[in-house]
Amino acid sequence: MIWDTILQPFAEYGFMRRALLGCVAISVGATPVGTFLMLRRMSLTGDAMAHAILPGAAIGFLVSGLSLIPMTLGGLVAGLLVALLSGFVTRMTSLREDASLAAFYLISLAIGVLIVSMRGNNVDLMHVLFGTVLALDDATLILLCSISSLSLVILALLFRPLVLECADPQFLRSVSGLSAITHFTFLLLVVLNLVGGFHAIGTLMAVGVMILPATAARFWATSIGGMIVTAVAIAMISSLIGLLLSFYFSLPSGPAIILVNGLIYGISLSFGPVGGIIAQLTTKQHIQI
Amino acid sequence: MYALQFRKLSLGYDHQPAIHQLHAEINTGSLTAIVGPNGAGKSTLLKGVVGILTPMEGSLAFGALSRANIAYLPQQADIDLSFPITVVEVVSMGLWKEIGPFGWLNKTNQVRVDNAIAAVGLTGFESRVIGSLSGGQMQRVLFARLLLQDAQLVLLDEPFNAIDTRTISDLIDLIKRWHVEGRTILTVLHNHETVRAHFPQTLMIARELVAHGPTENVLTAENQFRARQMCEACAGPPHVCGKSAA
Repeated sequence: MIWDTILQPFAEYGFMRRALLGCVAISVGATPVGTFLMLRRMSLTGDAMAHAILPGAAIGFLVSGLSLIPMTLGGLVAGLLVALLSGFVTRMTSLREDASLAAFYLISLAIGVLIVSMRGNNVDLMHVLFGTVLALDDATLILLCSISSLSLVILALLFRPLVLECADPQFLRSVSGLSAITHFTFLLLVVLNLVGGFHAIGTLMAVGVMILPATAARFWATSIGGMIVTAVAIAMISSLIGLLLSFYFSLPSGPAIILVNGLIYGISLSFGPVGGIIAQLTTKQHIQI
Repeated sequence: MYALQFRKLSLGYDHQPAIHQLHAEINTGSLTAIVGPNGAGKSTLLKGVVGILTPMEGSLAFGALSRANIAYLPQQADIDLSFPITVVEVVSMGLWKEIGPFGWLNKTNQVRVDNAIAAVGLTGFESRVIGSLSGGQMQRVLFARLLLQDAQLVLLDEPFNAIDTRTISDLIDLIKRWHVEGRTILTVLHNHETVRAHFPQTLMIARELVAHGPTENVLTAENQFRARQMCEACAGPPHVCGKSAA
């Protein structure tokens, strides 16, 4: 009975299967990146980058309407431009990275909204902001899957320097010249995954899949590997439940998925064994070594 | 023979020198303490040697060494203690020069890591997350990593800050072992008793050179008074320096 409820929408409707595949691809690609964002205390950077992508996607949209390649390329270029510019400003001036990033993304966002509202209507704007997960075509699915594969490969290659860059950046800088490359490649991964994510669940909701599962996983695992696996699992389960909720109760799917993620975050916060509220209240202190 | 030579070196941030025209020579195999009042530029000097800061003026020269031969221990505040990484993982990174970003730890290297952890007295703590360690234990972890870096020039920035006395004496033993092995060691220190007891050479700075040489000649009341005055004099608003670097 319960299996019918879960499986039937996917068995019966092609668009639901596609939506699920798209969400799984985003979960696999974006969530590990989000885990590192969280560990680097850059959770809000993801949000800023998501806004920064907007004008690029909007220009792509202006040139050729709601089509895949121009909007993807536009988003990618805008995101990377903001990342590079703010990195450059941080290194050249006394402005800190958060402030320079905030400055650039706000400018970028305003340009984006301006462009979309000049040409398109509100429906178009809603498409860009909140995605169209229930209408993913083949090309978009291939793009989403390619992005998550690529991002996993790059993350695997970058793993050791990235961990050092987070935990002990001065040490990395003292033993190797990989620090700057690591930083910018990582930002590239953030942008790439956000651009992928915005086709499915929109620029704003894509950050949710990146950050929320990672913050929830922090309460279940103590190692980086454990956190990544937990976060990906949480993201996938949330996608499944979110899509079902959106199917049965005709809710917009992006927000439904993110809210399920949020619910799991709340549960983790309360019941997670690693520093969760209840664990902290009940743990007997003084563990002997 | 010098290991390190500062040639009218100026280092700083935002065009304000924290080190100003420092001229000094550190001998190969010497054990030197760097002392000076707060804001004297001691940490800045080490950052310049590692290459995190580039000279604003002047230069520094490495005798027979290169930057690859330096091990650097910054002040502890720079390490993210909440990051989920274990003792053995941190210590293993001392082998970066050999394993780089992709290399595996083979059997020999695993034994070396275990030995380094044993040398600092942390056997049994291998799989502990760094966030669960005390300040003294964390400093032992970082010294184990330094052991594996096997560097000819070792730079330590206030390594004994907020550390219990037993750990301090253990770590001083390690430093002395490096000294016997012929490595050059530069250590920023605040406690003059420790300097007098264990460090034969002292470099006293207050943005500029105050004194350099055998510890008993440098750590005089007179020099310390002069260093404090020099630091107070330059604590005011930035001023353009009249001295030329040439």
